[in-house]
Amino acid sequence: MDTLLESPPLLQLKGISKRFVKGVDLAGRIANLLGARHRASVVHAVADVDLEIRPGEVIGVVGESGCGKSTLGRVIAGINPPSAGTVSYLGKPVAGMDAGERRAWGLGVQMIFQNPMASLNPRMRVLDIVGEAPVVHGLVKASQKAEYVGALMRQVGLDPDYAQRYPHQFSGGQRQRIGIARALALKPRLIVCDEAVAALDVSIQAQVLNLFLALRREFDLTYLFISHNLGVVGHVSDRVVIMYLGRIVEVAPTETIFSAPNHPYTQALLSELPTLETTRRAYQPIQGELPSPLAPPPGCAFHPRCPHAMPRCKVEAPLLRTLQPGHTSACHLNDPPT
Amino acid sequence: MTLPPPPVLELQGLQTHFFTHGGVVKAVDGVDLRVHAGEILGLVGESGSGKSITGFSVIGLIDPPGRIVGGHIRYLGEELAGAPERRLQALRGKEIAMIFQDPMMTLNPVLRVDTQMVEAIHAHEKTGAKAALARARDALAMVGIPSPEERLQAYPHQLSGGMRQRVAIAIALLNRPRLLIADEPTTALDVTIQAQILYEVQKLCRETGTAMVWITHDLAVVSGLADRIAVMYAGRIVESGATADVINRPSHPYTRGLVDSIPTRATHGTLLRQIPGMTPSLLHLPQGCAFRPRCAHATAACLAVPQAEPGPAGKTVRCWNMLVAETA
Repeated sequence: MDTLLESPPLLQLKGISKRFVKGVDLAGRIANLLGARHRASVVHAVADVDLEIRPGEVIGVVGESGCGKSTLGRVIAGINPPSAGTVSYLGKPVAGMDAGERRAWGLGVQMIFQNPMASLNPRMRVLDIVGEAPVVHGLVKASQKAEYVGALMRQVGLDPDYAQRYPHQFSGGQRQRIGIARALALKPRLIVCDEAVAALDVSIQAQVLNLFLALRREFDLTYLFISHNLGVVGHVSDRVVIMYLGRIVEVAPTETIFSAPNHPYTQALLSELPTLETTRRAYQPIQGELPSPLAPPPGCAFHPRCPHAMPRCKVEAPLLRTLQPGHTSACHLNDPPT
Repeated sequence: MTLPPPPVLELQGLQTHFFTHGGVVKAVDGVDLRVHAGEILGLVGESGSGKSITGFSVIGLIDPPGRIVGGHIRYLGEELAGAPERRLQALRGKEIAMIFQDPMMTLNPVLRVDTQMVEAIHAHEKTGAKAALARARDALAMVGIPSPEERLQAYPHQLSGGMRQRVAIAIALLNRPRLLIADEPTTALDVTIQAQILYEVQKLCRETGTAMVWITHDLAVVSGLADRIAVMYAGRIVESGATADVINRPSHPYTRGLVDSIPTRATHGTLLRQIPGMTPSLLHLPQGCAFRPRCAHATAACLAVPQAEPGPAGKTVRCWNMLVAETA
């Protein structure tokens, strides 16, 4: 762990925000001329996120739907540019990169998506789905494509004889393996897994999780593992990031998150995580629902649902504070009493 | 000595087959189940195991090419398999209710919540509009919807996913059913919302004595909820018994594999003990025990279909080589 803390970050996020803006349409603008007050609606999908990803670690990002975890993953993978803030790859900000460095970043960070049926082209054969990008980028010669794809397929547990098949001819778990092979084909350093096992049956999910761990050892990979399932994240990650309404509320090593969660939201998530304990749990579940990111509550976004909310939480958003090295949490309860 | 009351639901050798062009799909092939009043039964299985079709068979929602070809469905002792459609219609939504995975499947998107709820009451009873509305409001309050008066006026699209599912549950509860079949009702919901609904449902069953079948793919969800668990694989129940006995001391290799497949914080850094292979196609089931090709304990005996035999701790297990109890 100490060595991990000291090594320079593979990828660094500083003050990353991502806003999605829906402008006022023509009808709205006409209505505005007549005195209506339509405004552009803005969703702060990700707000002011700082994160360092160190080589070789597995970071789990956990949150409920709409908390911005997928958007964060897409910003990291370079699919969506951030509205504000800088992404640095190997110590260099993406904005100031030359073409060669930009390409190294693009190839070095790959993504695996939740739904392989939506992320694999149904009209392409596995050979081309996996082999197209490495040939285009000059990693392998076109004449060696079949051999290269065959080796990758073997590594992810697919029979290379199936290289001529189309995605619909595979089962859900096998399709996810094709997605993994496609990401691996570019020899990435960092793989962003966005709910990569959420759609799979339990027994298949276990196989794919095992594959992730085996590949990590073999290729010295770094993962950003996005999931709503704390059980899955606790299994694979070294560090866990908890997000709520676009903001990071707590970051800690996995052990600490489970043994000494600090933020009330993390505590609530943990107590509500279904486990295999057969004793009937008689807890009072957390009240309310995730507020709309279109109109987030003022102050701490969690205060309407928080059992410890104070008047201060309604006005002032708490900042991330370091509790111990490697453990930060954004909650006013951690402030020294004044 | 008085006889114990009959179980609310009893399935005996239920067989639901689908006659497709590709062949006969034996989605449910000899399922035995019992649920008593006030009891929650967790029916667990992976996709394609026939768990949902079992639920649909009970409530009579099997459409061609599917057909119940054998076995008995007894509701309070009354045979429902092959019962006239009129009788089923009288029971459905009144004494037997179902909650589906997607609330938008249950709710009509162009009708207000109050219209749909009053309609469900009037389908089975003649009550005044006021009394029906009051009952609808009470049902919404019972499932933990804040300000039910206002929610009655809303259209389904104005509600969040968790709220919609609560409305669907409230509609199922309107006519105070004695049997509730819940088909993955929390799968699409967030963890905190799922916990709220699990909490409400558990409370309701205890208070009203409703018997419930909770169909899910997630062992962890039912382990804290159900009194008994039945594990399904390829159309058959492979193991059933008290929740603690099934999860802590599984007797069937498949149950054992399912329990070991669940990632937790405790398994961190280790490989999960995975089940090899995948669920077989119901069109081409392997000979004998359907789990045989994936099973580490398979022997020559497994080429014959195992029967449901009494296992340890009062469980029923379908396996030739039952696992000896080991502390997990």
